[in-house]
Amino acid sequence: MHKLHIGENLARALFIAAAGISILAVAIICLFLFANGVPAIGKNGLPDFLFGSTWRPANDIYGIFPMIVGSIYVTAGAILVGVPIGLLCAIYLSRFASSKVEAFLKPGVELLAGIPSVVYGFFGLVVIVPFIRENIGGRGLSLLAAAVLLGIMILPTIITVAQSALDAVPKKYYEGALALGATHERSVFRVLVPAAGSGIMAGIVLGIGRAIGETMAVIMVAGNQVVMPNSILDGVRTMTANIVLEMGYAAGMHREALIATGVVLFVFVLMLTVLFNLIKKRGEAK
Amino acid sequence: MTNSAVNTETQLRTTEPVAGTVIPGTSAERKEAAHNPAYIPAHVSSAEEGHEAPRITPVKMSVFDLNLHYGDFHALKNINLEFRKNQVTALIGPSGCGKSTLLKTLNRMNDLVEGCRVQGRIALDGEDIYNDLDVNDLRRRVGMVFQQPNPFPMSIYDNIAFGPRTHGIKKRAQLDEIVEQSLRDAAIWDELKDRLKKNALSLSGGQQQRLCIARALAVRPEVLLMDESTSALDPISTAKIEELVGELKKKYTVVMVTHNMLQALRVSDRTAFFLLGEMVEAGSTDDIFTNPKDSRTADYVAGRFG
Repeated sequence: MHKLHIGENLARALFIAAAGISILAVAIICLFLFANGVPAIGKNGLPDFLFGSTWRPANDIYGIFPMIVGSIYVTAGAILVGVPIGLLCAIYLSRFASSKVEAFLKPGVELLAGIPSVVYGFFGLVVIVPFIRENIGGRGLSLLAAAVLLGIMILPTIITVAQSALDAVPKKYYEGALALGATHERSVFRVLVPAAGSGIMAGIVLGIGRAIGETMAVIMVAGNQVVMPNSILDGVRTMTANIVLEMGYAAGMHREALIATGVVLFVFVLMLTVLFNLIKKRGEAK
Repeated sequence: MTNSAVNTETQLRTTEPVAGTVIPGTSAERKEAAHNPAYIPAHVSSAEEGHEAPRITPVKMSVFDLNLHYGDFHALKNINLEFRKNQVTALIGPSGCGKSTLLKTLNRMNDLVEGCRVQGRIALDGEDIYNDLDVNDLRRRVGMVFQQPNPFPMSIYDNIAFGPRTHGIKKRAQLDEIVEQSLRDAAIWDELKDRLKKNALSLSGGQQQRLCIARALAVRPEVLLMDESTSALDPISTAKIEELVGELKKKYTVVMVTHNMLQALRVSDRTAFFLLGEMVEAGSTDDIFTNPKDSRTADYVAGRFG
């Protein structure tokens, strides 16, 4: 009896330690980011830093607005490309595909999630960029290329989460709809998809999180010019790309400004996480 | 000439004994009878309740020589039964006797079950539900209320409007009218009229079930199937739904599966008793409960097994 007690306590301590380490990691990252980044924002002034449209480290001018816009545009483009495809794919896998087709498609989707982002970037550089250059115009290295590529990259996240949300919808809703004389399609799109709404939204938000944080693939296809894009064929630089491209040689104020860029990115992701949790809670309340 | 005679016959099939006379029914039924030596017209069984005062009660749905298999399992064996218009027919029997299976066959919800094979014929107003009717049209005409209340996770209004919208009604005013009428028919309008925009899942179980009845009524069905629709509810909600069924039969033909024999006795006009996939006996509810022909029926309604 006593022995069991010790064993239990030990296990408990182990679990607490494991949980503590992940929390600690988040806390330390936060601390590091804010300690190093916030002073730079302070020196530049928050409005100038966030909304300044000139980024010229040589002259100590640090305005990241073009990069914020770049990140938002690229992410929005990825949503436009990825969400409809991902959602329809999830619906197909969950409610239309035969088990044979699913057994074939599901590993494919999972494989898509496992491809390293640099490989995606390479694919974008070799296939998407030349395609845009030759068929649509511009240099090819563009907002459009980044959006399409990211749209593909967020597919597995959206498909997996949305499919499990759809699979979890109780059978009784489907039967109820059929019993009213609705076709399979109508039952799926008008009853099951709305019923899985919060789960699907959660998948989309996770996808957005992935898109906004993606770095390597974007750098390889986006062009990376620090200017406000005027069309989808112009190059853009995202916040993530900015950090990676300049961190190697940055020092002093420049370095701090890059870390401050990371702070802004972190705040974006934080907002998405809060949004994700709100959606999840709303879904559970239902 | 012959055709019109057949039609009249179909509409005016009576409960009078017809054994030994011409097989009634549509020409298709006659053909079936001619080709199938084992054919026993459902009407013959009516002969067994011969002392019932003859009255004209048209048949709404009829089941002929129905056999149903789930894979290797023979779930329904040679079922012959008819459901009369504007009457409540109760299907009773112990668990696993096939009564729910038969109910789900009447609107082809069994199609969803893998490995389910149906042989025989089920007719709705003389039309074969497997061959003559579109399945979605059949399900509109033969509505269903399930054992567990299953309102959709949307507003009360949208729940009711889902069916009519499915069948092409888009005008708001018309939908408003249908929603109100359906909720009134399900005797729940007064409780819900001020909260039509509320999520249906916020209602109590009894209210949800009556909402589901209203939802089924909103597509103007002809037959209403109820699959132990009160078994998940409290006694007060159950009483409300039983009372409601009494009202509903004025407009609809009702077939209800119930575990509760007293419920069958209270609510139904006719009762069919099932055991191990066979229909043991069918007849007026009074006869089944007070004067059963088969000893198994007698034992069951007396509560000697369940």
